[in-house]
Parts: sequence; C-alpha cells; structure tokens
Amino acid sequence: MPETRVEVVNTIAPAGLDVVEQPLSIWRKLYNNAAARKTILLFLLALIWEGYARWLNNPLLFPTFTDTVRALVASIASGEIPRAAAYSIGMLVKGYALGLALAGLLTALASTGRFGADLLETLTAMFNPLPSLALLPLALIWFGLGDGSIIFVLIHAVLWAVALNMHAGFRAVSPTLKMVGQNYGLSKSGYIVRILLPAAFPSILTGLKIGWAFAWRTLIAAELVFGVSSGSGGLGWYIFEQKNQLLIPNVFAGLLTVILFGLAVENLIFKAIESVTVRRWGMQT
Amino acid sequence: MALPEPDTLLAVDGVTLQYRTRDRLVTAVWRVSFNVLQSDRFVILGPSGCGKSTLLKAVGGYVHPVEGSISLNNTKITGPGPDRIFVFQEFDQLLPWKTVKENIAFALTASGRLSKREAAARAMHYIEKVRLTDFAGSYPHTLSGGMKQRVAIARGMAMEPQILLMDEPFAALDALTRAHMQEELLRLWDDTRFTVLFVTHSIPEALRIGSRILLLSAHPGQVKAEINSTGSNEARIGSMLFDHA
Repeated sequence: MPETRVEVVNTIAPAGLDVVEQPLSIWRKLYNNAAARKTILLFLLALIWEGYARWLNNPLLFPTFTDTVRALVASIASGEIPRAAAYSIGMLVKGYALGLALAGLLTALASTGRFGADLLETLTAMFNPLPSLALLPLALIWFGLGDGSIIFVLIHAVLWAVALNMHAGFRAVSPTLKMVGQNYGLSKSGYIVRILLPAAFPSILTGLKIGWAFAWRTLIAAELVFGVSSGSGGLGWYIFEQKNQLLIPNVFAGLLTVILFGLAVENLIFKAIESVTVRRWGMQT
Repeated sequence: MALPEPDTLLAVDGVTLQYRTRDRLVTAVWRVSFNVLQSDRFVILGPSGCGKSTLLKAVGGYVHPVEGSISLNNTKITGPGPDRIFVFQEFDQLLPWKTVKENIAFALTASGRLSKREAAARAMHYIEKVRLTDFAGSYPHTLSGGMKQRVAIARGMAMEPQILLMDEPFAALDALTRAHMQEELLRLWDDTRFTVLFVTHSIPEALRIGSRILLLSAHPGQVKAEINSTGSNEARIGSMLFDHA
C-alpha cells in the first residue's frame, strides 16, 4: 500500500517574474521585416556588381552599376524607356486579358462534364510544355509582322497555366462548402459567382501569377526577336537596338527595367491582392 | 410503414438509399420510416456505416431515395433548400472569405429571406445567442473548432428553417467543449423550440440531446427501434443496438 502523497496547490502570484511582455528591440523588429532584409540584400548585390565591374574594367562587356543607373536615368529622361515600357505593358495587358478570358471559357467548358474536363486536360498536357516562342514563326505567317502575332503567343503563354489552375481550384472546393452553398437556394450563376469562385480563388490567384510571369517573359523575348512593328517597339526591341549600337549600359538599363517591372507587379499588385483576400481569409496555399 | 401522426413535420416513408462507388452499388439505408413532429429533438443513432449521414443528406435533398419518399409539410423533397438548413461536422463549413457576421447575414440574403439591413440585425441577434458577440468581425480561420461550430449553429438558427439538420456537429470537438456545446444546444432549444434532426453515433449524446431516438442497425441501416429518451438509459439502448437476440 503506497503512502498518500501530499498534494500541491499553489496560489499564482505575479511576483518574481521579470518580463511578462515587452516590446522587441528595433534591430529585432528590422530583422523580422522581410522588406528590410531584402532591401539590405539588394544593396549588397549592387555593391558586388559595382566592385566586380570596376575590377573587370570593361564597360563593353559589363558596365558598372552606377553607369547602368546613369543610363537608366538618361533613357527615362529622354522618354525612350517610358515609351518602350508603355508599349510593352499595353501589349501585355491585351494578351493577358484575352488569355484570361479564354481560360475562363475553357474552364467553364471543363466544368460541364467529363468530356469538357478531358478536353482541358489533354489540351493543357499538349500545349503547356510547348514554349510560346516556338509558335512565333507560325504566328508571323498567320497574323503578319505586328501586334497580332505577339498577342497570339501571349495568349498561348497565359491560357494553359491559368486554365489548369482554375480547373484544379474548382475541383478542390470542399464538398462541405458546396453543400453549404446549395443549401442557401442560390441560383446557378449566384452559386458559381458567390460560392465556387471565392472558394477556388487561392488556386486562381496562383494561376494568375504564373500566367503573368509567363506572359511578361514571352513578350520581352518575342519583341527581342521580331519586335518592331509600325514604328514603335517595346522593351525587348529597345534592348536589341541598344545592343546593335553597342550601348551596353543602355542594354543593362533595359534589362533592369524589365526586372523592376516584374518586381513591382509581384510585390505591389499581387501582394496587395493577396493581403486583402487569401491572407485575410486564412486560405493561403 | 410509420403510422401517420398528427402534427407531423417531416415524414420519411419507406426510404431506401443507395450510392455508387467506383466498382459497386451500396445500399446504405433499407426501407426506413419515421415521423418528426414539430419541436422534436429527433436523434438518429447508429453505429458507423449504418447510413445515418446518408439518410440526413437525403432529408437535406442532396441524395435521392431509390424507393419511398420524404416530405416536409406534405411537400415532397426534391432538392436542397433553405427550409432545411444543415450543420455539418466539418469545421470548413463556414465561408472562409466572410466574417462570422457576414457568414450568417449572407445565408439570409442569399436565400432571399431578408434585406441586407434586416439580415445584419438578425445575424447579430443569433451571434449574441451563441455568445460570440466579440468575434462578429473575425474571420473563421481565427476561431477555435468549438466557436466555428457555434457560428454554424447560429447560422442554421438564424435562417429559422422548418427543421435544422445536424450531422454529428460536435464529433470533432474535444470532450469538454463537446459537453459544453450540448448544454448550449439544449439552452437554445429551450429558447425557441426549433425542430432538429440530429445524427450521432454516441449513445450518451443521443440521450442528452434527443427527445426521441431512432436506432438504426448497421449496414444497411434499418430501423431497430424508435424510443423516447425519457425512461431510457445507455444500457437499454446498448442492448437494443448490439444484441442480436
């Protein structure tokens, strides 16, 4: 028979404890801030670039960071880069919008039944691995040297990735959520717009992001190859032209613009959309 | 055949339910009949795999009987509708893109029952009833499992359906929260006397929640007995469910 053990009952007093809660130091906060960390990283990269270019001392091969920035500022002031960027962005928006519309149609078709889904899956499996640029020669024959052929390859770049993600998103909507939606007596279109669409939104957003990156890459490359049309060219064409004149700092400035625009879309537009939607809803995938 | 009773709200009459898996046809429920009266706390109790959830889905209109009929107020049920609101077991039954209050208000406006302003007022009223006033503006992913189920119950009650269908709503909760929620459900029932059809596999829960208990046998589900919870105990129900004598 074991002895009866003594029970312990404490009264909790707030004494003897130094810190219950205290604000973090400013360095700790800075370290926790992703934007601050990345800014420091970018600064270091620029420093390495500058150092290497100076050591190489060959502005034709590798201009310094400061030269590049100077060229960028000059080209922006002269209106060359803004004009080229505006042209490229205009094309991007057209191609992207058309691609999204077609992706929506294809997904709607895929949602009607098994044959529709099979069609989407087969088409995506066929065309997704096909680089858009491989279609450019054909597009030039069909649509001529101009906006038409570039928009065609842009649609190809956007369509499959977005359709695939949209379709996957709709299929992944939980059965419970679907039943809840049906329980409300919504109309068919109301059910799609107010239940299925937001429920599939995380996947759709992923598709939009992939689609946009594909489109931007494809566009710059396409412009590089066959860019000029009706007297105005985009950023790709700008880069190509500057290279022909051996204005290498300007080439770097053009590339930097492409990168900066990419960063801006990713970090400003998509991050903003995420923070008011999937992040707030706790649906981040 | 269940005998016709006056005051019958929901009549399930000789219902057989089947579903198809990849390679076979399964009969989930075999010729089940029962009546749910106004303000009943009617519990369907049975072991796993007795088809009780499928039966509830059939009342919800998501599954169609291959035999027999289900009618609400003498109208045959043909599909889902806002006169029968479901409360599921799963925590993901709230729309994650809406706050607690919006979830409830949306159900009311989407079904066309109330205007936006009336819906907001009624949503707040029921949020108060389940004691979540402080969380009205929170998104579901910030709530605990028990709180989510309370929101789902508030949503169901706010719709003021003819009958509330609850599919093991407390099964995924820890024991303490579960007991607490059972009490709360009874308190809410005392308040408004809504009619509820409640599915569970727990005998104690059936006894605590139910006023009338339908016992289903396993695979395929058939009615073993329909009893009153007053005057019953766990031993009696256990022997009815599991003794093959």
